[in-house]
Amino acid sequence: MISETSQLLSDSVEKIFSDHVTKECIISAEKGEWPESLWSEVVDNGLNLVLVPENLGGVGASWFDAGILFKAIGRYQAPIPLAENIVAGYLLGLGGIPCPESSIITILEGELDLNDNKLSGVSNRTPFGNHSSHGVAIINNNNKSKLVLVPIEDCSISVDKNIALESRNNIEFKDVEALNIADVDFNSDLILKIGALMRSCQIAGGLESLLDQSVRYANERIQFGRPIAKFQAIQQELAVLATHVAASGVAADYASSSMDNGGDELAIASAKSRVDDAISVCASIAHQVHGAIGFTYEHGLHFSTRRLWSWRAEFGSGSYWAKILGEKAVSNGAKNFWPSITSGKI
Amino acid sequence: MNTPFNFRLTKFPNEAEILRHEVREFLSNALKDVPKETRAETWYGADENFSKKVGQKGWIGLNWPKEHGGAGRSSMERYVILEEMLTAGAPVGAHWISDRQSGPLIIRYGTEKHQKELLPGILKGESYFCIGMSEPDSGSDLAALRTKAEKKGNIYLVNGTKLWTSGAHRCQYMIALFKTSQEEDRHGGFSQFIVDLSLPGVTIRPIIDLAGRHHFNEVIFEDVEVPEDMLIGKEGNGWNQVTAELALERSGPERYLSSYILLQELVSEFSNKNDDEGVTEIGRQMSHLTTLRQMSVSVASMLDQGENPALEASVVKDLGAVFEQELPNIAHRLMGLEPDSNGTDFQRYLAILTQISPSFSLRGGTREILRGIIARGLGLR
Repeated sequence: MISETSQLLSDSVEKIFSDHVTKECIISAEKGEWPESLWSEVVDNGLNLVLVPENLGGVGASWFDAGILFKAIGRYQAPIPLAENIVAGYLLGLGGIPCPESSIITILEGELDLNDNKLSGVSNRTPFGNHSSHGVAIINNNNKSKLVLVPIEDCSISVDKNIALESRNNIEFKDVEALNIADVDFNSDLILKIGALMRSCQIAGGLESLLDQSVRYANERIQFGRPIAKFQAIQQELAVLATHVAASGVAADYASSSMDNGGDELAIASAKSRVDDAISVCASIAHQVHGAIGFTYEHGLHFSTRRLWSWRAEFGSGSYWAKILGEKAVSNGAKNFWPSITSGKI
Repeated sequence: MNTPFNFRLTKFPNEAEILRHEVREFLSNALKDVPKETRAETWYGADENFSKKVGQKGWIGLNWPKEHGGAGRSSMERYVILEEMLTAGAPVGAHWISDRQSGPLIIRYGTEKHQKELLPGILKGESYFCIGMSEPDSGSDLAALRTKAEKKGNIYLVNGTKLWTSGAHRCQYMIALFKTSQEEDRHGGFSQFIVDLSLPGVTIRPIIDLAGRHHFNEVIFEDVEVPEDMLIGKEGNGWNQVTAELALERSGPERYLSSYILLQELVSEFSNKNDDEGVTEIGRQMSHLTTLRQMSVSVASMLDQGENPALEASVVKDLGAVFEQELPNIAHRLMGLEPDSNGTDFQRYLAILTQISPSFSLRGGTREILRGIIARGLGLR
């Protein structure tokens, strides 16, 4: 049964996205414009703070709830760093650090060093870096890793984008004074793990939109005197698409709820690997069903597929995570294989 | 639209996890002498002594109501028994169908007499049922079946042939779908019967499969006199009754675990190899297994809630068959060993599973039929 918080968040994100994430909104974001009205709705409803603990001014919701938002981002192709801000808020919460007022926080990854509370180095392909005011990083240290919150507005920021034309910026830090630092008992692998979870859920949502668009198009498009949906060849293809969409949704839900139950890698690695496999099948079928029109910029199918093709490589590809799963399984041995599947722990 | 599917994550209750340990302990003793080939066949393998032992443990009819002799426990607990048996390679084939659908059908539609006479034998693991649906001219098109049951006084006179009947040669009963009247509606005029296979006029002939095994049968009815009180449910309601069974038939762990043993063997083989490709492929398959399991468990829980997850069950069965059919090919690609019934354990598993894998997307509804059902759920037909 779905909890009350889950239902509220779900209703709220559906309302905001269906009102604001129009085709025009996505196109203007692709041209580099910041969708201010969309973002301010999201912030006014506290969606960016769902994983910030209540004592730090957040919602204190579950990962399962966050997963609902991640999936909605993928389903609507919302061109905003909501997922990244949710994850950043979670990380800062682990270090007891509050999110600065009206900040937009991104996640920093790369060769980064901390000396005298000053951050140096380059964060690579930082999501929405040019629209963000702050970044959160984990600086690994053998004894005690550091969770760091830094301002990025004065850094030099590249203009790179992924193929979905979402900003992926290199940000150069030269002795930037940290706003806040906390000692933490985890290292930067955590970013990779929850990043993979976040992208898996977004992908699951994006795949749902492929199904939705493809079914709608097949029912509308008339060839040989009837909607192409009436042809068995099309029905069978769309059924396959649907099975992978269903599997991806379940894999993503299992991964987000596993974070609520201790955060074992099994479910998250499985999710990223599973949804990556699904993209290959689903993007191909969705485009095939749409025919040439789906290959044009004018038609909106590519807003989903270009995102899926970008996201699948971020925070570890499907193969990256499959290898981690496989390595753990062979090192645990065949005798422990099935018990690890049933316990959800590897 | 999001999706027309209603998969919800489900956690096994504590009782189920306790039961899991009991089942593992039981199997570690009970399976000591079961040969490798039988283990690889799982629910295609049958051992009546094993079924009786399972019955003695009270693990058949676990989720049936207590008034019918069941344990009144949840479908989730039953699920644990099934998945532990399948992954251990237990020869569960003899009682599988009666536990899964014949018993539940008798509980739902049977008379008190049916229930009193038939359920105790099922629960003990002594009484086995087969399903009589397909016929020579009726495969995927079930509504084309022709075997007739004509009412004559206090009997039905049955004439016709059922085909591909799994395990009929070791069953006492068949739950059969016969034509009892001609109706305009293609799906009308069908009725279900419980047929005692020892009745005069019933002939069971083996059909040997491509692996040389006797699993299927042809069951011929020549002027078989079935007592009228062996009609189950309502006359003419057979089609609805049969389709209600489908969610039970299509969503269980047997729909994706058939080749499980190969994946476990690959884990063992690659423990000593330094082979990134193999290890990555194992991980990929784990991601499919883990996801299918969550989907299948979700259907079990919907059944517990009294919902009808027929659409979700079709999704599980279709994806599950692709997964279990792919594993022998993956095992071949990674190991390059010949499937050999006299070879190493791995080769023997591979020999059986490579040969029986084509049936995975035929039995219980072909891939094309399932995808047709899914397409209907999507609003395409």
